[in-house]
Amino acid sequence: MLRTAQLIVAVSLAVALAASEEIPLSERHSSYQDMSAETRAMQDHDAENPGMLWVLDGEALWQTKAGKAAIACAGCHGDAETSMKGVAARYPAYDARRGTAIDLAGRINVCRTDHQQSPELARESRDLLALTALVARQSHGLPIDSDEARLRPFIDAGRAIFTARQGQLDLACAHCHDANRGKKLAGITLSQGHPTGYPLYRLEWQTLGSLQRRLRNCLIGMRAEPYAYGAPEYIALEAYLMWRARGMPLESPAVRP
Amino acid sequence: MARALINAPARARRGSVIEIKTLISHIMETGFRYTQTGQAVPRDIVTDFTATYNGEEVFRARLYPAIAANPFISFHTLATESGTIELKWTGDNGFSATEQVRITVE
Repeated sequence: MLRTAQLIVAVSLAVALAASEEIPLSERHSSYQDMSAETRAMQDHDAENPGMLWVLDGEALWQTKAGKAAIACAGCHGDAETSMKGVAARYPAYDARRGTAIDLAGRINVCRTDHQQSPELARESRDLLALTALVARQSHGLPIDSDEARLRPFIDAGRAIFTARQGQLDLACAHCHDANRGKKLAGITLSQGHPTGYPLYRLEWQTLGSLQRRLRNCLIGMRAEPYAYGAPEYIALEAYLMWRARGMPLESPAVRP
Repeated sequence: MARALINAPARARRGSVIEIKTLISHIMETGFRYTQTGQAVPRDIVTDFTATYNGEEVFRARLYPAIAANPFISFHTLATESGTIELKWTGDNGFSATEQVRITVE
């Protein structure tokens, strides 16, 4: 009897997952729309959005000479407002020289090691988040533009991770964010999982964080082993999620509860 | 110095009520947390916020450990005359930050 019940649960979950195709383009929306009026106001006004503190830090870092080359970001790229416009909307991007996909924070670190000849900034460090936030800010309101042609293998790898069961709870990302999107998990609304606002200020974290930190959060919730920061699995997931959110406007730096 | 974001009107009508919104970068470490090895993380918070309008104190707040990181404080005051509104935050470990905004009252 118990075995039958287990089988029914297993079959119904499998059916739920099989039926959970990708969200139709017309039904997609940012989690911004699920937030309270107060939290939206916090994101909308630059003087109230705590993410802007990192953008300001990023502006200062952009002008600061670093590394053996003693050159600032501005030394090559000039004014971030013009040179970085639309850049974040295209990441993760394909790096032809390395033959792999690279995310925005990874690109900033490549710039540091190759051009400034300085050590990499640690993932989730304040400086790396500040520079990422500054660059992402320049794409505010622009549509996400995934380089599908060259990123296809990474997008597919990301989709495979997204739909694969993992962790002690035996859940896939798709169980929540495709099949049960919009429903409640305890007090929270399950988001559609569109990474439109990263790096973003999460009130729960009381700080700015990257998409990888958010993915780590989900993995721990699924009681799965999180990947190391910068791991190819994260880059693949980021590539897939950005492709899945293609055409949606970037909100960085967003605020989320 | 810590970064701060200030939202205050640059001009106001004499006698009108104006709102000043402030946000300062600060970790607001409560002092109640422990590291993985069991050592207490010492308290590091902003303890006081004062606003003066042309030298006269118009608003004061005391902050406590339960207040979130990067505290947002907003208050109202009466636009009396043109001048400077000075905002000052002080806290643990000698933390001190000052910002000024100019206001024209007509």
